[in-house]
Order: sequence, then C-alpha cells, then structure tokens
Amino acid sequence: MIYKDVIIIGGGPAGLCAAKMLADQDVSVLLVDRDHHLGGQLVKQTHKFFGSEKQYAKNRGFEIANILINDIIDKPNIEIMLGAFVIGLYKDHVMSLVKDDEYYKFKAKAFIIATGASEKSLAFENNDLPGIYGAGAIQTLMNVYGIIPEDEVLMVGSGNIGLIVSYQLLQAGVKVKGIVEAASSIGGYKVHATKLKRLGVPFYMQHTIKRALGKDSLEAVEIVKLTDDFQEIENETKMIEVKALCVAVGLSPLSQLLGMMEVNMKYIKELGGLVPVLNHLNQTSNPNIFACGDVGGIEEASSAMMEGYIAGLGVLKHLECPHPCHDQLIEMYHRELELLRNSNYGEKTKAGLKKLGGPYVE
Amino acid sequence: MLNKTGVPDQNLVLSKFPSKETLLKPKAILECYEAIPCNPCATSCPFDAIVIEDGITGIPSLIADKCTGCGQCVIACPGLSITVAQLIDKKALFKIPYEFSPYPQKGEIWHGLNRHGDIICETQIKHVSFNKNSKTALVTVIIDQTHLYDFATIRPYERQK
Repeated sequence: MIYKDVIIIGGGPAGLCAAKMLADQDVSVLLVDRDHHLGGQLVKQTHKFFGSEKQYAKNRGFEIANILINDIIDKPNIEIMLGAFVIGLYKDHVMSLVKDDEYYKFKAKAFIIATGASEKSLAFENNDLPGIYGAGAIQTLMNVYGIIPEDEVLMVGSGNIGLIVSYQLLQAGVKVKGIVEAASSIGGYKVHATKLKRLGVPFYMQHTIKRALGKDSLEAVEIVKLTDDFQEIENETKMIEVKALCVAVGLSPLSQLLGMMEVNMKYIKELGGLVPVLNHLNQTSNPNIFACGDVGGIEEASSAMMEGYIAGLGVLKHLECPHPCHDQLIEMYHRELELLRNSNYGEKTKAGLKKLGGPYVE
Repeated sequence: MLNKTGVPDQNLVLSKFPSKETLLKPKAILECYEAIPCNPCATSCPFDAIVIEDGITGIPSLIADKCTGCGQCVIACPGLSITVAQLIDKKALFKIPYEFSPYPQKGEIWHGLNRHGDIICETQIKHVSFNKNSKTALVTVIIDQTHLYDFATIRPYERQK
C-alpha cells in the first residue's frame, strides 16, 4: 500500500488545473492517467480556444496542454503515473490500478475525480463496419499519430466537436463530404460552421443515418430526412458514397468511479448523463471525494479548467491547509464559470445544474 | 439563416461593414454574429478599438475611428471571423486569416470564394505574414471591389472543391 494525501484521477484540463492548485503546497499528490501522456483531449485540439486570458484563450488546445503540464511536471510534491488504469475506488479510500501489468494499491485522504467523458454512439444498421469512427478516434489518429483515416469523410453531428473535427480533416487534406445533423439548427458555434461553409462543405440538416453499406468496410451511407419530431420520412433518402463516417453525437460523463463510492448522483439529461451532486468546492456527498470537469457535466475545456482550480482549493481546505487566498480565488473562479456559462450555450448547463441542485443555482 | 445553413444573411453581413468612405482606410470587419464567451479580439487590439459588452459574452463592436486595420485581431480571433477591408480605387484589399497548407505566396493568383464556398473571383496575393505566436497566416489579397460584401476566403487553383 502506497499512501498519498491526494490522488487526482485524470490528467486532462480539469485534473491538470487541480494539480496546479496543489503544486508547492504541503500535500503529497499522485496524478494518474490511463494515457501515455498528460493533457487529455487538449492534446488533439489544433484550433484556437475561446474564452478569456484566464482560460488561455486564443492559444491552441495542445499549447494549453503544454502550458498546464509545464506548470506541474517538476513539482517535488506531485508524482505522475501514466499508462495507469484505475480499476477500483473503494470506501476505505483505497484505489487500485494497473500499470505495465503490475497491480498497485494506493490509499489517500482525498480524491479528485477528473475522468472526463466518453463518446456517445449512434444506432443504425451496420454501424460496426470498419470505416465508422468516433470523432475522438479520428482526432487521435490525425493529430496525435499523424494518420488520416481516409481521403473522404462524412460527419454526423454539428456540435462543436463535429464542426471542429471537420475543419481539422480539411486541414489534413481530407474531403468532408458533408455534415449530417438531425436538428434543424446547427448545434455548435456558428463561427465554426461558417468556416466550413465558406470552404464549400454541405450541411444536411434534419437528416440522420439510415444505414451503412459495405462488404468488408464502409462503402456508402444512406441518410434520411427527418420531420421536426425527428421521425424518418420514408421516401426522402440519399445515398452518399464514402469510405469513412465520423460520429460526433455528444459525450457522457465517465462517472463510474464515483458510482463505486456511492456518492449522491443524479441523471441529468442537460449535463450529459449521470453526474455527482457537488457543493461550491466541487466536493461530492462524500467529503473526501471531489469531482471536476466533464465528469460533473459536459462543458468546454475552459470550464473544466476553472472547476479543476476550485476542486484543488476545495481539497486544500478539506485537508485543513487552505490556500492563503482561498476565499478570493474561490470567488474568482466561480465568477469565471458564471461568465463562461453566460451565453446561449451555457443555458443548457445552467438548466442542468439547477435540476441537479447545489451552489450553481441562481 | 445562419443557424440553419452556416451562412449569415446579407443584411447581417452588411451591418458589420462601415461606410465606403470609412473603408478608404483599412478597418476590421468583425463577422461575429453570436454571443459566445470570448474576448481575444478586444484584448489583442493595441488601440482599444474593439469593445465587448457584458464582460466577455457580448458581441464585439468596432470603434472605427480607433481602428488602424493592423490585423492583430484577425489572427487572434479563435473563430477566424475577422477580416480587414480597405478600398483602393476600384479594388478592395482584404487581410484574412488562413490555416491551410500550402500557404499562398506573394504574387500568386488564387480563387476567391464567397460565404457559401462558391468561386466568385480571382484574388491576387499581395502579402503573407506570420505572427511568431500564431500558426494562422495573415494573408493580404486584392480583389475587385464589386465583391466587397461577398468575398470570404481563398483557395488555390489546384485544390478541388
């Protein structure tokens, strides 16, 4: 058994900012991530980020990852374990993980769960044909390993991920044959949509995937027009020849570890699924367990960073070694979160947080 | 229309352009139509010519008198939704952001595209510059003035739609 004061599970924007808050404080910290590098989804983001200077706006996602990693990498009180799969979190505050086929047991006073989210899938005939990818897989192939999936790709989903990955595909020289969207309005930021439109990418609004066709791998996709109630219109189908389909239809919080600790959770559709109820320090109903980032509700990386700082401050306070500027910093990061959520896109999050209950209710 | 097609209405586009007299000097065209929490255009402007109401969530507006058309905001905007326009005789000069390889070279002739992605004109590449902190190129192009309100971006001749 290895003892630590704080264990942070997940090294994406939320976990990194939590670690940054704990750096140089009088606590021993373990930061674990199942990937072989820190940064989470940030490392795949080649576009410039929105927000303000407090979220490193106008830097590209991978640059923000580098900034945050550099802030914590050489801190004597922070141990980093990569390629480490957490397999259990137990009520006696024991966490078990596997790294390089070795089994490790840790015990900590407090945990910060920053596990992020996983991609949702889409049900249609033959959706398991090779050539059908999640958006995260395409980003990993292209932007981490430098491999393009195919010369032509059809995108499903016009949320920010669908729009951003479409733009990245174009930058990599891949033709985007279109963006299929079930709703009647584009889901993501319109500036992302106009970038694609002026490069000639067609939008198939109020359409969904009827089925995929192909012998050994994807050869064509049949799309079908939808009514305002999302019912398929039988005769209005269109066949699109394409070898790759990218599914970008949203994310769900990866909250299973929180489930193992039986913290108070609720299913909130607006936040993407099952999420923990948190107080103003991002503390769950178990006072030793904190959560931040997408695991507490799907939002942008900018919000995940602010929540990471709050969770870090919360843990310091809980361990009775509060940050000297605790009150001011908590207030500032909550104010930043409020600003980031103060737009049409934040309405959904705010509605979800209101249902969830907790400090974010106006 | 913007929500449904990704193309802003012509009236919306026109609302972002100052008068043709004002455009005798280069001015930023802030094609930001949607309030999202974002402010790099305002913080990057060396002349305080861009104002955002409500902290960071409002739509930016330009104080045209203060704008020198330097193009800092063009490369700062994460949405690539800012250009600089100027009228010179019967031509229009645009500074646009560009993030595709290969980058254009000075003197080349490229296609000019409208907001739908249709080819509408020829563009002459006048200048290409990089800010050391940004991989977004600032490309200065010259087009015919008749396309002032339609021109959106460029594409090399060899690249197929």
